[in-house]
Amino acid sequence: MTTPLVLVLATVVLGAGTYAFRLAGPLLRARVELSPRVERLMAVSAVVLLAALVATAALVEGHEFAGFARPAGVAVGGVLAWKKAPFVVVVLMAAATAAGLRLLGVP
Amino acid sequence: MRSIWRTLDRDLLRDIGLVCLADGIVGVSFGAITVSSGLPLWLPMLLSVVVFAGAAQFMFVGIVASGGNPLAAVLAGLLVNARHVPFGFAVGDALGGGWARRLAGSHLMIDETVAFALAQRDLQRRRAAYWACGTGLFVCWNAGVVLGAFGGRAVSDTAVLGLDAAFPAVLLALLLPSLRDRRARRAALAGVAIALATAPFLPAGLPVLLALGGVLAGLGTDREPEPEEVPS
Repeated sequence: MTTPLVLVLATVVLGAGTYAFRLAGPLLRARVELSPRVERLMAVSAVVLLAALVATAALVEGHEFAGFARPAGVAVGGVLAWKKAPFVVVVLMAAATAAGLRLLGVP
Repeated sequence: MRSIWRTLDRDLLRDIGLVCLADGIVGVSFGAITVSSGLPLWLPMLLSVVVFAGAAQFMFVGIVASGGNPLAAVLAGLLVNARHVPFGFAVGDALGGGWARRLAGSHLMIDETVAFALAQRDLQRRRAAYWACGTGLFVCWNAGVVLGAFGGRAVSDTAVLGLDAAFPAVLLALLLPSLRDRRARRAALAGVAIALATAPFLPAGLPVLLALGGVLAGLGTDREPEPEEVPS
């Protein structure tokens, strides 16, 4: 079993590295004037990353297919959001769909 | 900072509150799972304050609890968190000026704060949404983890509640306005295709980073006039 000291060190290193990742953008942005074109490119990058996160979080667990209940819930949420349903409804219906399908035995 | 409450309307605050609540429940499960897998009581709490990134924390604990090398756990966590570099460039202006705000605000940068900030129309609302969501999530996540570490086996499986579907849905709902732009949509679709194609065999975190290649698909050389240059 890993010793407590090693666990603390590992946590601190992970925390410091993560913080450095987070700080890089805000610090560098403050130093250079960005053209509107570059600004837009950054915004699109964030959209692409978040979209990829949505897709992988909805469909993949580990390296396998996550089962049907979760993507079905996300899809219901997506359709509701597209139809301009309130955010609260989107989130609760996504969770309720996945939970309900699992109750029915859908993986 | 007082201006946050004047800028944010009640609807946005309610939406942020809901995400904070859901995140808090996942925090309870993180605390409970970590402690019940035999790791020390303080570990989930230390991780949550210092790292403050759910996916990386679950990955770290999963590797360490199964007897894996702590160095491997750190590297896996860093890989999952590398997406914060491009996030920081995209929402860096939402933190506000001054060193204190940049230093503190950076630590609050996670998927949900970025998504809430991107979904706002103007800079003032972006700032307000970023800070409200960031501080709210930090408080709820850590409170949840403490509860779970001490008390909880009650919520050790958030799948029963469907929360694993709620989080992608949150991000998706916040993304939709940005996806109305044709180029952004094309870039996002290409990125999703890359991520899904590589996810079955690459380590977690890498498929999402590779998805950035999709940005190229959004550059486009189509010579139509640019009616979409609306500030969104």
